[in-house]
Amino acid sequence: MIKTITILGGHGRDGQREPVEQIELKMGDVASIVGPTGSGKTTLINDIELFANANTPTGRRILINGQVAPAEYRDNPARNPIALITQHTTFLADLPVNEFLTTHARIRTTDHSQVDALVGKALSFANQLTGEPILVHSRMTELSGGQTRALLIADATIICNTPIVLLDEVENAGIHRTRALELLRQYQKIFIFVTHDPRIALLSDYRIVIGGGSMTQVLHTDEHERACSVRVSRLDDLLSGLRDRIRIGGRLTAEMMEEFS
Amino acid sequence: MKLVICAGPATTGKTSVLRHMIRKLIDAGDRVVFLKIDVQYAEEDEQFAREFGIPTKKVYSGELCPDHCNVMVLGDALQWANRTGSTALVVETAGLCLRCSPYVDTGLGMIVLEATSGMNLPLKVGPMLSLADVAVVTKIDRVSQAEREVFRARIQDVAPSVRIREVNALHGIGIDPLVDMVRSSPDAAGRMLLRGNPPVGTCTICVGKKEVGWQSHFGVVRPLENQVFYRGE
Repeated sequence: MIKTITILGGHGRDGQREPVEQIELKMGDVASIVGPTGSGKTTLINDIELFANANTPTGRRILINGQVAPAEYRDNPARNPIALITQHTTFLADLPVNEFLTTHARIRTTDHSQVDALVGKALSFANQLTGEPILVHSRMTELSGGQTRALLIADATIICNTPIVLLDEVENAGIHRTRALELLRQYQKIFIFVTHDPRIALLSDYRIVIGGGSMTQVLHTDEHERACSVRVSRLDDLLSGLRDRIRIGGRLTAEMMEEFS
Repeated sequence: MKLVICAGPATTGKTSVLRHMIRKLIDAGDRVVFLKIDVQYAEEDEQFAREFGIPTKKVYSGELCPDHCNVMVLGDALQWANRTGSTALVVETAGLCLRCSPYVDTGLGMIVLEATSGMNLPLKVGPMLSLADVAVVTKIDRVSQAEREVFRARIQDVAPSVRIREVNALHGIGIDPLVDMVRSSPDAAGRMLLRGNPPVGTCTICVGKKEVGWQSHFGVVRPLENQVFYRGE
C-alpha cells in the first residue's frame, strides 16, 4: 500500500541546492506544480515518474513510503504505481482504440474477465470529457488532440488505476476540465497537476512553485484563496460557456458580458 | 572477455545506449574496445576513441551483407581485443537484417528498439529480437505511458524470454541494469557459433556454416584488416 511519496530536493540549473529540501505527498492529496514556461515543471514530474534516485540531471530523489522505490516498479509496468499523462496530444500507436485499450487492460489487470468492462468504463469516462465521442474502431492515430488527452486520462484512472497520477497541463487539450476534476476527485489517489490554470491550482491542497529548475516554495491554499477559487471557477465557467456557444455556431450578446462584471 | 553484440534498426539509438554503457563499464574498471560494423558510413569508432580514449575499429561490409561481415570478422576482433589487453569487446552492428541475427552463443545479445516505431515493429524484426538476451526500448519520453506499456507487451508476445529494459538514452537513465547484464554474461573465448539458423541461400553462412571466422568459409571472405571501400551502386 502506498501512503506517501517524498521528493528530496537536488539542485537547480545554477547548481545550487533547491530552496525546498523535502516535500511529502500523502494519499488523497491534490497538488499542483506551477511556474513559468521552461522553469522545470515537467522535469519535476519526470523525476517522480522515473523514481529518480540522484541519477537524473536534477539530482533529486523520490521515496515511496520513505524508501527507495523497488526495482520491480520499473521492471514490470503492471506494478508501476504511477500513471503519467504527458502533454502528448497525438498517439503514435497504430492500433484501433479498442485493441489498444484491451491490450493495456490485459497488462494492468490480473482478472482477465474484467477486461471488457474496464475498456467500456474507460471509454465512457473519456467520452464525458470530449466534444465528439471516441469511436472504438477508430485508429489511435486518428484521434483529435482533445480525444487523445481524454483517452489518456481515462486510461490512467480506470485501466492503470494507479495510486499516483501525474497530469501535465491537462488544460491545454480542449477537454471539459470541470468534469475531469469532478470525475478524478471521486478516486482516492495522489494527483499532481502541472498547470498554468488558476482554477486547477486553487482547487489543489497546495502548490509547488518552480523557478530556474528549482522547487522554490510550497504554498498551501489558504482560506482567502479558497474564497477566491469560487469566483475564479465562476469566471472560468462563464468563459467556458462562451467558448461552447461559439463552438456550436452561436452568437454572443452584450447581456452575456454583464455576468462578468 | 565480455562480448556485447548490439543490433537494432537504424536511428533507434544504439550508439547513445552504447555510449552510456561504455562509460559505466569503464567506471566499473573494465577495459573496453569497440568495433563498429556498417555498410558504407560510420563514425562511432572515431567518436568513442575521442570520448573514452579506448581502442576502436570499424569495418564497412560494402558488398557483403553486414551480418555476414560480422561472422567473418568477429573471430579476428576477439583476438584484437585480447591483444589490446581489454576485458570487454563491444560490437555495434549495422542492424539491418530482419532474417538473420548477429548474436553468438556467448556474450550478451542486445537489440535496441524505439518506442516511437509503431506497435507492430516487434512482430517484424524476427530473430534480431527473438534471439536477443535483452531488448532495450529507447525514446520512451516521446510516447505516452500507456503506449510504452502496450509496446512492451507486444515485445513480450513475440519474445517472452527476452528481458526488456526501458531507457532514456539522452540522460542515460536505466543503463545500470544493462551494465550488470554485461558483467554477468558468459565469457567469449575461442570458438563462437551463431545463435540463429541462417536463411536459405548460396553463401557459406546461408547454407549453414555457422562457425565464426573467415577461416571457416570460402567464396567471399573478409578479414578484419581488409578495408576495401565499397561505393555502392
